[in-house]
Amino acid sequence: MAEQDWKQQKRPFAAVSTLPLLWTLLFFLLPMGFVWFYSFGRNAGLTEIDIVGTLDNYKRATEWLYLGIFLKSLAVAALVTLICLIVGFPVAMAITFVSEKWRPWLLLGIMLPFWTNLLIRTYALMIVLGQQGYANQGLEALWSGASWLKTLIGLQPLSTWEPAPLLYNNFAVVLGLVYVHLPFMVLPLYSALDRLDKSLIEASLDLGAGHFRTLMKIIVPLAAPGIIAGVMITLIPALGAYLTPDLMGGTDSQMIANVIERQFKRANDWPFGAALSFLLIYAMFILIAMQGLRKKPGGDAR
Amino acid sequence: MDLKTLLQAGGDRRSLLKGMGVAAIGLSFGGGLAGCSQEAGKKLANGEDGTLNLYNWDDYMGETTLADFKGAAGVDVKMDLFDNNDTLFAKFRAGNPGYDLIVPTNDFVERMVSADMLQKIDKAQIPNLKNIAPEFIDVDYDKGRQYSVPYTWLVLGIGYRKSKLASPPDSWKLLFDSDQYKGRIAVLSEAGDMFRLYAKYLGKSVNDITPADVKIIEALMIKQKPHIAKFHSDDGQDLLAKGEVDLVLEYNGDIAQLMAEDDDIAFAIPKEGSQLNSDNFCIPKGAKHPKNAHAFINFVLDAQHGKKVTETILYPTPNAAVKALMPDSYKNNPATYPPADQLAKCEYAKFNPDLQPLFEEAFTRVGAA
Repeated sequence: MAEQDWKQQKRPFAAVSTLPLLWTLLFFLLPMGFVWFYSFGRNAGLTEIDIVGTLDNYKRATEWLYLGIFLKSLAVAALVTLICLIVGFPVAMAITFVSEKWRPWLLLGIMLPFWTNLLIRTYALMIVLGQQGYANQGLEALWSGASWLKTLIGLQPLSTWEPAPLLYNNFAVVLGLVYVHLPFMVLPLYSALDRLDKSLIEASLDLGAGHFRTLMKIIVPLAAPGIIAGVMITLIPALGAYLTPDLMGGTDSQMIANVIERQFKRANDWPFGAALSFLLIYAMFILIAMQGLRKKPGGDAR
Repeated sequence: MDLKTLLQAGGDRRSLLKGMGVAAIGLSFGGGLAGCSQEAGKKLANGEDGTLNLYNWDDYMGETTLADFKGAAGVDVKMDLFDNNDTLFAKFRAGNPGYDLIVPTNDFVERMVSADMLQKIDKAQIPNLKNIAPEFIDVDYDKGRQYSVPYTWLVLGIGYRKSKLASPPDSWKLLFDSDQYKGRIAVLSEAGDMFRLYAKYLGKSVNDITPADVKIIEALMIKQKPHIAKFHSDDGQDLLAKGEVDLVLEYNGDIAQLMAEDDDIAFAIPKEGSQLNSDNFCIPKGAKHPKNAHAFINFVLDAQHGKKVTETILYPTPNAAVKALMPDSYKNNPATYPPADQLAKCEYAKFNPDLQPLFEEAFTRVGAA
C-alpha cells in the first residue's frame, strides 16, 4: 500500500520532499562529490589540486600499511559491536519486561548520555580511568584492604600498590567506544523486543523449553531485525571513530579516521585523504549491502 | 591562591583543553565573522569600520587587551580560536574565510608566504616595531620581516616531575632511545617536530634531514614506541600535572605555567640542543580591515599593553621593552628564559615541503608498527 501513495499524490509528495532533497543535494552530495573528484587528483603546490584522473591515491591507500590500519579499525569496531550486543541485549530485555512505571526512567537513563557532548563524556571517562583517577583510587583501596586482612590473619602484606594502566591503551579505546555506542545498540534492540508477542515466550516455556532455549530459539530470532539494525548502527560509527582513539588511545591505537584526519591537516595531502575516506565509505556501503542481501530471501521482514 | 590567579595561571596557548578540557576544538566563540555587517556604517578615521577579525591560539591574549583596544581605537575585536597551525592552514586553503589578523608559527609563515596567503606588513603603521629585540627582526623565516611581526617565541624541551626522576634529564636519549622511564613518557604527535628533534639527538641540524635519516629515525621510533605512554597533541603539561607521565616533550611556555602551580615540575633543554619556534602576527590576503590589523599589532607591541599580554600568557617575549617591565620572577625563570649557552644550540625549523610527506607517512608506520 505504502508504495502507491506517493504515486497517486505527486503534488503533496513533491511539496514535502523537494526541500529536504535539495538540502541533501546541496550540502551533502555536492561536497562529497568534490571530495570524490579530489581522490583522483594530485597536489600541485600547497593549495592547488589538479584533478588528473589518476588512481595513484587509491594505489597508495591500498598499500599494506593502510590496509592493515583498515583491518585493525574493523577488528576494533567489530569487538566493540560484539561487546555492545552482549551488554546491550540484557539491558534491552530488562527495559522490555520491567513494569510500565519504570520503563520511561530506564529509557531516560539510556538516552541521557545523548544529551551530553561526546567530548565531555570522553573526558569524564578519562578522569575516571587515569593513573590518579577514581577507578585506580578504588582499586588501591581494595588492595590495601586486602593487604590489611592478610596481616590480620598473620600473613605477609601485599606488595605496594602500582596504579593499573587503564588509560592510553587499546583497552581504553574499546571501553570508550563501548561506552559511547551502547545506546545505539540498546535502542533498536528495545524497539524490536518491545514489538515481540510475549505469548510466544509463554508458549515456549509452557511447552517445556528452558529459559536459555527460549531465549535462543524464540526471542533472538524474533529480535533479529533489531539485532542487525543495532549491529549496523554501532559498527559503522565505531569503524570511523576518531575522537576516542585520539584522546584515550596509546601509541598503538591509531585508527583509520586518525590517519585520514592527518592527511587533511598535518600532511596537507587532500587527494590521498579523500581516497582513504572513500575507501572507508565503500567499506560501509558493503556492510550495508550485506545487510540488504540478508533480508531478501525472507521477503518482507515484517 | 584565589580563583582569578588560578585562571590566569591556567592560561595556555597550545593545549586544546583547559581544566577539564572542554574549550572546544578550534571553534569560535561569538561567531565572530558576522561582525562586519553589524558595525557597518560607523567609519573610523582610517576609513575602515570598527571591526577586526582576529584568529588566535586559545588563551593567547591579555585579559583586558581586547577591551583596552576597543577603548583606545574604537575597534571591536572578534577573536576566533584555533588549536594548531594545520587547522589555520586548512581554513585558508580555499581562500581567506574573513580574518584580518592571524598568528601562525614561523614555519607556517614561510608556508603561507609560499602559498601566497599573506600580505606585506606596512612598517610605517607599526612604530612600536622598535620595541622588538634586534635578533627577532632579522630572521631566516622572514628576511627583513616583510610579512610577519613576532609575538612570542618558544623552545621545545623536557618537562619533568623532579621527585620521580633519579637526576634531571640532560639528553633526548631518555625520551627517544631508552627504557629507563618505560611507560612514564609522553612525546608530541607532531611528526615534523619529532623527526627534527630525533635529528638533534643524532647530532644533526633540524634542517639537514635526508630521506635516509628518516628511515633511521623511523626505526629508532619503532624501537622506542613500547616505552612511550602517549603521543600527545600538545597537552603534555596536563599529562604531567595529572601524574599520568613523569617526562614530557613540551614547549617551555606550557611547562613554565605548570611550574607556577606545582613546585615539583621543572623544564630542561637537552644537551644536544632543540628546536625554537616563534608565533607571529600576519595579515592574510583578502583582509577587510588591514589598517585596523596594523593598529592592533602596534597596540600589542606597546610596552605597557604588551606587558599585560605577557603577564597573562607568561610566554617568552621578543619584545625588549615589555621584558624590561616584567618582574624578576618572570625574567629569571630558567624555563621561560633558558641559559644562553643552551639556546645557542637550538634552531628554527625551515619549512620543507618535500620532507613533510615523508615524515607523515613514516609516523603513520610508527603508529601502525
